[in-house]
Amino acid sequence: MSHASPTLRPYLAVFAGRLQLTLQYRAAALAGFATQCWFGAIRILVLAAFYAGGAGTAPMSLANAITYTWLGQAFLAFLPWYADPDIVDMVRTGAVAYERLRPVDTYGWWYMRAMAWSTARVLPRAVLMIAVAGLVMPLIGLGKWGLAPPSSFAAAGLFLVSAIGMVLLSAAITLILNVILVSTLDDRGANAVAASVINLFSGLIVPLAFFPDAWRPWLRAQPFAGLIDIPFSIYFGGLSGWAAVGAIAMQFGWVAALALFGRWRLEAAMVKLQVQGG
Amino acid sequence: MLNALALYRRCIAASIRAQLAYPTSFALMTLGAFLITIIDFVGVWALFHRFGHIGGWGLGDVALFYGLVCVIFAIADAITRGFDVFGPSFVKTGNFDRLLLRPRSTVLQLMAYELRLTRVGRLAQGALVFGLGLTMTHYHWTLGAAAILAFATAGGVALFTGLLVMQATLAFWTVEGLEVANVLTYGGQTAAQYPMNVYAPWFRDLLIFGVPIGCVTYLPMLAAMGRADPLGSPAWVGPIAPAAGFLFLGVALFTWRFGIARYASSGA
Repeated sequence: MSHASPTLRPYLAVFAGRLQLTLQYRAAALAGFATQCWFGAIRILVLAAFYAGGAGTAPMSLANAITYTWLGQAFLAFLPWYADPDIVDMVRTGAVAYERLRPVDTYGWWYMRAMAWSTARVLPRAVLMIAVAGLVMPLIGLGKWGLAPPSSFAAAGLFLVSAIGMVLLSAAITLILNVILVSTLDDRGANAVAASVINLFSGLIVPLAFFPDAWRPWLRAQPFAGLIDIPFSIYFGGLSGWAAVGAIAMQFGWVAALALFGRWRLEAAMVKLQVQGG
Repeated sequence: MLNALALYRRCIAASIRAQLAYPTSFALMTLGAFLITIIDFVGVWALFHRFGHIGGWGLGDVALFYGLVCVIFAIADAITRGFDVFGPSFVKTGNFDRLLLRPRSTVLQLMAYELRLTRVGRLAQGALVFGLGLTMTHYHWTLGAAAILAFATAGGVALFTGLLVMQATLAFWTVEGLEVANVLTYGGQTAAQYPMNVYAPWFRDLLIFGVPIGCVTYLPMLAAMGRADPLGSPAWVGPIAPAAGFLFLGVALFTWRFGIARYASSGA
């Protein structure tokens, strides 16, 4: 960190600080892990029942759908369901005014906060989930219900790149919700709508490949696909070669577009911001 | 008893007025609750579009199961807000002391804490999906079937209320309340959206004999449809199975009294 350029240092510091702080919430991590195991199990049992009636038209094998489902649950906290809760408090109390006094770019500062927050919530749960679904389940003979390793070395490499895209995209969408919060001073309505749209279009509820085939190009092109469907399809080999590279390019393209839009709208909203409290 | 009901009505009326004081926020949150569940059902539709059926059931059948449990959960979730926030809002702050001082039962006071109107959105969506299920299937609906479904709804609300009471009871020990309890409430609702026979035996046994969600959704719905249980339960079970929900609530209220006896104030 000490070697970082002086201009980047405050952003890296806020990332490290919030990461360490959020990692302290161990009870929340355990509760999240238990909840995600349960919902993962329900989704997998339902998929298995559908496959049992005939898998002829399925776009992927049951084993791959199971792997995709466990990964979706392991990395669930990357889904940007809400505006950053600390920023919500700042807007409510008026402390947001101090954010404008810092000699940093507010967008970049908040972006790093959002990224640290999601990463810190994902890390313990993902480690537990991968340990249970990827190691323990195969060891106790439940391997076909567990999380399989990546389909190839190439898939693993592309998955890592796409996972970085997933983290960046998640923060960019959180920042859009922050902008709506700063403009409207209320986060609840936008959060409720955002969460439902994200759950469907990321591929959390069902992998996007299960939707009618004609929808697929459109579904892969929309921004939320980069939160679950693109990285995890690459992992099990449902997306490979140039198709995978194209999907990753789409993912990073959305990161850039949403970040530019978010930064532009944040500055506009800040000009009109009414500071609450006294 | 009459006095208690009148008191409950007055508290709820106050709660409703308070929530309608911010009409825009109320409208957006209701719309949000409606959207969340309708979008969830699009996922169910996609799977049926792909596979056609699940465990011998079509999309219309699943819509009926799905709609019923959504309506049940929406009602239960609307009336049990006091128990939902019990840990952080009453135990941690010491506010529960105040409830204990009043000459009314704590259960009544917590039930009267808030009636969450935004759950109307989820209720509407459940009813909509149920209606969709009615138009897509061709069961012979009788008055008897309607009575069974009404009993199932009542039993289901009792069951989910019982779960919330148990979650609140845990707060006597854990103070903060346990998020893990969401596994049984939200998770139970999600599981009961499909008929129980689609699940692996260990899971459906848990949902019928452990936390009897299957007794208030799956079994009475079979009886209302006039279909035999693919799992082989006798026909007389369905119409009376929702009683398990009331039994569960009874057990939950018993543990609640046990928890109160153990309560030590953390308040200031």
